[in-house]
Amino acid sequence: MRSDLYFLAAIPPETPRPEGELPPWGEVRIVGKRLPRVDAFERVSGKAVYPRDFSLPNMLQAAILRSPHAHARVKSIDLEPAKRMPGVVAVLGPSSPGADMEWFARPKAKGGLLLDPHCRAEGDEVAAVAAETLPQALDALKAIQVEWEVLPFVIDPARALDEKAPKVWDEGNRVADPVIYERGDLAKGFAEADVVLEESYRTPCEIHVPMEVHGSVVAWDGPRLTVWDTTQGVYAVQGTVAQRLGLPLANVRVIGHYMGGGFGSKLEAGKYTVIAALLAKVAGRPVKLFLSREETFRVGGNRPANAIRVKAGVKKDGTITAIDWKSSGTPGAYPNNTNTAFQAADLWTCANVRTEEAGVYTNAGRARAFRAPGFPQANWALEQMMDALARAIGMDQVAFRLKNVPTVSQRRGNQPYTSTGLAGCLGEGAKAFGWGTKPKAPADPAIRKGIGMAGGIWGYGGGPPSTVIVKLFSDGSVNLNMGAADIGTGTKTVMAMVVSEELGVPVESIRIEHADTGTTQYATPSGGSKTVPSDSPAVRAAAADCKRQILKMAAAELKLPAAELKLLGKEVVSAADPSKKVAISAIPAFQRQQLVVGIGFREPNPDGKVINPFAAHFAEVEVNTRTGEVTVTRFLAAQDSGRVLNRMTFDNQVFGGVVFGIGFARTEERILDRQTGKMLNANWHDYKVPTALDVPADQATLVVDARDTANSTNTKGVGEPATIPTGSAIANAVFDAVGVRVTEGPITPQRLLELLARQKARG
Amino acid sequence: MTEKDGKEGCGDGCPHGVSRRGFMTRVGAGTIGLGVAAAAGTAEATVHEIPPGEPHRVTLTVNGTTHRLLVEPRETLLYVLRERLGMTATKPGCERGECGACTVLIDGAARYACLTLAVEAEGHEVTTLEGLTKGEEPGAVQRAFMDEDALQCGYCTPGQIVAAEGLLRARPDPTLEEIRTGMSGNLCRCGAYVHIFRAVKKASVLRKDAGR
Repeated sequence: MRSDLYFLAAIPPETPRPEGELPPWGEVRIVGKRLPRVDAFERVSGKAVYPRDFSLPNMLQAAILRSPHAHARVKSIDLEPAKRMPGVVAVLGPSSPGADMEWFARPKAKGGLLLDPHCRAEGDEVAAVAAETLPQALDALKAIQVEWEVLPFVIDPARALDEKAPKVWDEGNRVADPVIYERGDLAKGFAEADVVLEESYRTPCEIHVPMEVHGSVVAWDGPRLTVWDTTQGVYAVQGTVAQRLGLPLANVRVIGHYMGGGFGSKLEAGKYTVIAALLAKVAGRPVKLFLSREETFRVGGNRPANAIRVKAGVKKDGTITAIDWKSSGTPGAYPNNTNTAFQAADLWTCANVRTEEAGVYTNAGRARAFRAPGFPQANWALEQMMDALARAIGMDQVAFRLKNVPTVSQRRGNQPYTSTGLAGCLGEGAKAFGWGTKPKAPADPAIRKGIGMAGGIWGYGGGPPSTVIVKLFSDGSVNLNMGAADIGTGTKTVMAMVVSEELGVPVESIRIEHADTGTTQYATPSGGSKTVPSDSPAVRAAAADCKRQILKMAAAELKLPAAELKLLGKEVVSAADPSKKVAISAIPAFQRQQLVVGIGFREPNPDGKVINPFAAHFAEVEVNTRTGEVTVTRFLAAQDSGRVLNRMTFDNQVFGGVVFGIGFARTEERILDRQTGKMLNANWHDYKVPTALDVPADQATLVVDARDTANSTNTKGVGEPATIPTGSAIANAVFDAVGVRVTEGPITPQRLLELLARQKARG
Repeated sequence: MTEKDGKEGCGDGCPHGVSRRGFMTRVGAGTIGLGVAAAAGTAEATVHEIPPGEPHRVTLTVNGTTHRLLVEPRETLLYVLRERLGMTATKPGCERGECGACTVLIDGAARYACLTLAVEAEGHEVTTLEGLTKGEEPGAVQRAFMDEDALQCGYCTPGQIVAAEGLLRARPDPTLEEIRTGMSGNLCRCGAYVHIFRAVKKASVLRKDAGR
């Protein structure tokens, strides 16, 4: 699974083993505290320069001409009028040099061409302009004359495999053969069940729309290219850009630094970066190319819509006897993962399981990894089904799940989890939330209250490769040098805390260089909730390497064994006799070299075990049966993410995950026009993300630390597990409030009113 | 873009947003009529027309500094702040008045800089995020946002802070509901709202302590 998402090569990732195993921290001084961000001032003062803010002398501004049709072919294109427009310096079309390079979403995957005359989705790139100013570039785009052959399109995944359906690709609309997994005996499982339920669920197509639009500034220096990109992974962008342009990796420097959100949509290089590089080459000047907000809605990626059919059986005692899972999804016109089955086969104990999943191409914008790819969709179906099963056998939802908590990963050959806090999330979460106490009915009979909950698992726990450098200056201050991006999760802050914990240096004396392929070390993209578990052990190892060197020097100076010495900030002290100490600035060997450089590598994960974060979410909702409006009034998220490095940024991540889940459950949905195939709500007015009025102020987090020892910082991830069970908990609370099962998300007032009307008609 | 039918503005295939760009183009093709509040004490407004396409001389007061500039009538205050004055704290998010990333204060009240033409801002006091910092010292709202971790990626944060400043100037001691409503014009896609609520509350205390 890991190789599907984040690693492009088939070779298992590995970095050299750190020198000596680091034992778990004993009593901690700083790790786990509520500490404000180390870069908070830059972010609140406006001094942080985001790629969107960045400019270079003599820089041009560029924009892309896109297909206005869901499926069309460029019959002819005339770029000449654009070239004559004021301020225009460079124009590219499908026949321009380099524009016909093959593009790919993933290695060997279909991606079409960089500027492709065959447009398979609205928004596909056909031409680009660089001009002195952005208004001039936009004016010039309109001067480009395109004659289109509009082709029949298919946007409904349920119709995409019909014989008569228009073909997105000549080979047909099936992404790949269906993936089937089976264990046990499904028929036997259903035969043993006291209750069998079957239901179809649908999840909406969600758009990432990070606050900072996608884009880059690029500059050539002869054969070398520098890219300032708003990205989650500078090394991932470097790899693609170098390969597409035929450049050595070392000649492509990608700088990330600040970035305004990604949520998975900025894990990979965008076409815009390569288009900007081609324009800059023609112009001989730096080029800035950022998408408009509307473009990010159409081409910036999305969470694919899924249709999931579930049949499940349960005994009266709460034993789940069988799960039959069939899932399909559409990545749009280009390949991407639309899978959902893992969670169904792994979250709860069940001996007899069959899952089948498949993807189909449609003429729509391409999906990308979106905060826990596939998992909220799977959870929407699985946890509503579990809620229904528990109700059918008259068992409490929490007790039912507690009965079915597995200790091994059934989907991965019964390997044990390195730790599982799922039972803790369920039990302690229920207690903290006050589960089982019915909320007081509001005075207005049209307003109904309900509570709901759901459990969840996330599929990844981090691992190698990661290389980090820590530089210790002679006054005891530190540079931390790491390739990982801080995408808003507080990465820089928690890594500084790890260094501080290990070396005793205050975080105020730590300066961080990060996310720059030219000056910082290799890290995988910040995604998959794996930055902390992948990179924090490497940071700790680098700091420990510094410490080893300093203690060795101090041992020679104090004539004591190094094992007896402790580094406490600016001093090395004997553990046996605290009067024996030396200031690090007074160690002659250190003064001679002025700098100690520690290198840290991420150790491998333990063999024969799997690492997963877990969660359980609890929601209280109010449903207005007159308007169909659902208000989330109270929320508790219990998370097993291993050790929490900073409780304040951790809470913020969890609250943010819950907000995403509220959007998924209540309002967010891409709407495509059946007549034209175009997106109808490509703006924040019509595509509604949660505002301050849509989230409960009454939100709480609960840390369930199952004492994981898979890596040297005892960490698992949090960003994604914090959004996986949210939507399902809300849907289950809505059922609790009004007795209506909303299987098709999001739970808009219109949908809910329809369902309530049907319920009333049934009596 | 084919415009064989000679239609003005963004046609069906507009790559850059029908509404705002189209609106701007149409405005640019005609003239801009500006209603400028007349001298204090009279309810009358004067209207003067600016011809399209011609650079127009404006005097803008931003964070107390006067700037004399030539701008195109179609240029927004957001564009002029960032592209002409190099003040990039004010962020473009949607450029159509939906997200609030570009929030500035105009005469002390929170406004979207993307929906304000630069020529409209003449004669008014514009305050941006940069104006809330004294040297390298954060202002009260900025301090509260740091202390309460009221941000994640930080891109919407300038707009959030300026919106909070505007709210607190109008309502120095807001209730939770007033904070939620007052901040509802500013999207935070990372979802840091709970911490933002706490920060605005804390900022109201810090401002009081600072005697404002």
